Amino acid sequence: MTHAAARAAQARRSTLQGARLPRWSPWAIAGGSVVAAVAVGLGAGLDSRIQWGLIAALLFVLGTYAIAARTEGRRQARDRVATSVVWVAFVVAVIPLASLLYATVKRGVKVFNGYFLSHSMGVVADTEPGGGIYHAIIGTLEQVGIATLISVPIGALTAIYLVEYGRGKLAAAVTFFVDVMTGIPSIVAGLFILSFWILILDLGPSGFAGSLALSILMMPVVVRSTEEMLKLVPNELREASLALGVPKWRTILKVVLPTSVGGITTGVMLAIARITGETAPVLLLVWGTGFINNNPFEGAQASLPLYIYQQYANSAGSNAAYDRAWAAALALIAFVMILNLVARGIARWKAPRH
Amino acid sequence: MDTTTKNPTAPPVPGPLGAEQKRAARGATRPGDRIFLGLSRGSGILLLLIMAAIAAFLTYRAAIVLTKDQGNFFTTFEWNPTMDPPVFGIAVLAFGTVVSSVIAMALAVPVAVSIALFITHYAPRKLGGPIAYVIDLLAAVPSIVYGLWGALVLVPHMNGLFGWLDSYLGWTGIFEWQGGAPRSLLTASVLLAIMILPIITNVSREVFRQVPKMQEEAALALGATRWEVIRMSVLPFGRSGVISASMLGLGRALGETMAVATVLSPTFEIHASLLDPGGGTFAQNIASKFGEANEQGRDALIASGLVLFLITLLVNGAARAIIARRKEYSGASA
Repeated sequence: MTHAAARAAQARRSTLQGARLPRWSPWAIAGGSVVAAVAVGLGAGLDSRIQWGLIAALLFVLGTYAIAARTEGRRQARDRVATSVVWVAFVVAVIPLASLLYATVKRGVKVFNGYFLSHSMGVVADTEPGGGIYHAIIGTLEQVGIATLISVPIGALTAIYLVEYGRGKLAAAVTFFVDVMTGIPSIVAGLFILSFWILILDLGPSGFAGSLALSILMMPVVVRSTEEMLKLVPNELREASLALGVPKWRTILKVVLPTSVGGITTGVMLAIARITGETAPVLLLVWGTGFINNNPFEGAQASLPLYIYQQYANSAGSNAAYDRAWAAALALIAFVMILNLVARGIARWKAPRH
Repeated sequence: MDTTTKNPTAPPVPGPLGAEQKRAARGATRPGDRIFLGLSRGSGILLLLIMAAIAAFLTYRAAIVLTKDQGNFFTTFEWNPTMDPPVFGIAVLAFGTVVSSVIAMALAVPVAVSIALFITHYAPRKLGGPIAYVIDLLAAVPSIVYGLWGALVLVPHMNGLFGWLDSYLGWTGIFEWQGGAPRSLLTASVLLAIMILPIITNVSREVFRQVPKMQEEAALALGATRWEVIRMSVLPFGRSGVISASMLGLGRALGETMAVATVLSPTFEIHASLLDPGGGTFAQNIASKFGEANEQGRDALIASGLVLFLITLLVNGAARAIIARRKEYSGASA
């Protein structure tokens, strides 16, 4: 009698709330599978940590399913497997990215100092220690600066056209091709400038040629972000200004643009951060040099990303060159990250509040 | 009854004044307005011209060298454009480009979709924002840095994995490994997968965020588990967004230059095995052959670049078309 009642009570409880694994169980399963994977790895003599990680991930997912299926039932087990797969995917993705940042910082700080930032490679052979990235910083700043000067006015005006004037087929075509343009591989942009700069105009390599290619990559990004920002400006502001008899162009210049200038600046800075790291067009058009060349309009120039590539590729495995490549990578990442952080800071600071 | 009472905004008086007023209504009569409209429309047209010029110049230079090519441009397994007569073909490059990018996409999409789900549905609310932010920052890491890391950190780590694949899956032929340095197409694919992860994650995340809350809550109220909610309401809603995100990632991978150039040790042949060093991609070939090329060699590289341009154009165009068909979705900040 009491036995039957107890069973009935249990059955009733299980319809509302089935047996649940304790809250700490995912952690326990994860810990257990890592330990098991290390044991298997050491036992079988697997020398790659990647293999250990894969075994651990597999054990974690399978273990979760087995344990959950026994105590909680199949539906709950599937749910738990999905959760564990998502967590595993997250960890799998984070590992290489963390490794990248760790390696860059750890190997980059070796030769990263004031001397490295203030000297060129002029008299240093690629396999020797010494030298620095001063010439590459000059080159990058000039090329990116010129590219920004070219692409920001064109990009911003295009965005203004699309948002303030654009109707009909022309606007639709521009919108579509701006989208397509964001997908142009950087090396194709480089080849395009190459085909008419060096092969048709017959001019030598220069920082300016590189800037032209970079501006092709930058324009669509500027158009996109400016367009998004202009769309956020409330129509009431435009109407109020137009109702006061202000011409449309002055409305755009004095009302619409100042309202959205924070967001536009953010977009431009993100675009700059993107093209600063471009190597391929610079390789084709600027060629790179170990000497300081302050004139972007004549002669080969260096640039930071290209410097990294050439230190890696032309040094025949010299450790001094690898150290310089890592240090330059650290400088480049730092520059790009700072631009990103500042840009997002501006976006948050200038965000339109309603 | 004249037109004025019917429609007060229409020009009431026909004749020479009507056209003038029509233009006033469009706001383009004042010289400042006309100049400004001209400038902004001109910029838009300039963008179109640049796109047209890219296609035209590449085609022009490619045509010059293709008429001289003694091999078949699509089937020759050789790249000797500086010889007289030149012999070159893109078969190896097309194979390497498509295979490495497709593998990269296949590796990256499940992980990226999982991370997007993690950010929107699984992570503790406080963690979701910062993780999304970190993924955004990672999208900003320059490709050359990925390349340097791939060549000096990832490649040595692939040895163990390659040995493993060879001993268990070597019989398939695809994963056979002769024991050379692991600078193969598969290594390039893994690196490309890591590089396109952020963009696929970001676009998918935007889509998942737009799933109607009502649908999810309805599923939850019926007793669905979190996975069932995702399978029944989130994934069907986000499918087209995920597809276009994957294609944007594929477009990135197809055109990636420096990361492949640093990781791969290229040869001009096609291996059945993905693990043996060799093969090449369009972009990598352009970067590594450019230094030794004369004018004819550069034209040949431009011809291969034209093919790459057309492929990426197709892939990106398709991705954008899928996005555009979904009117409610507007988060395509690629």
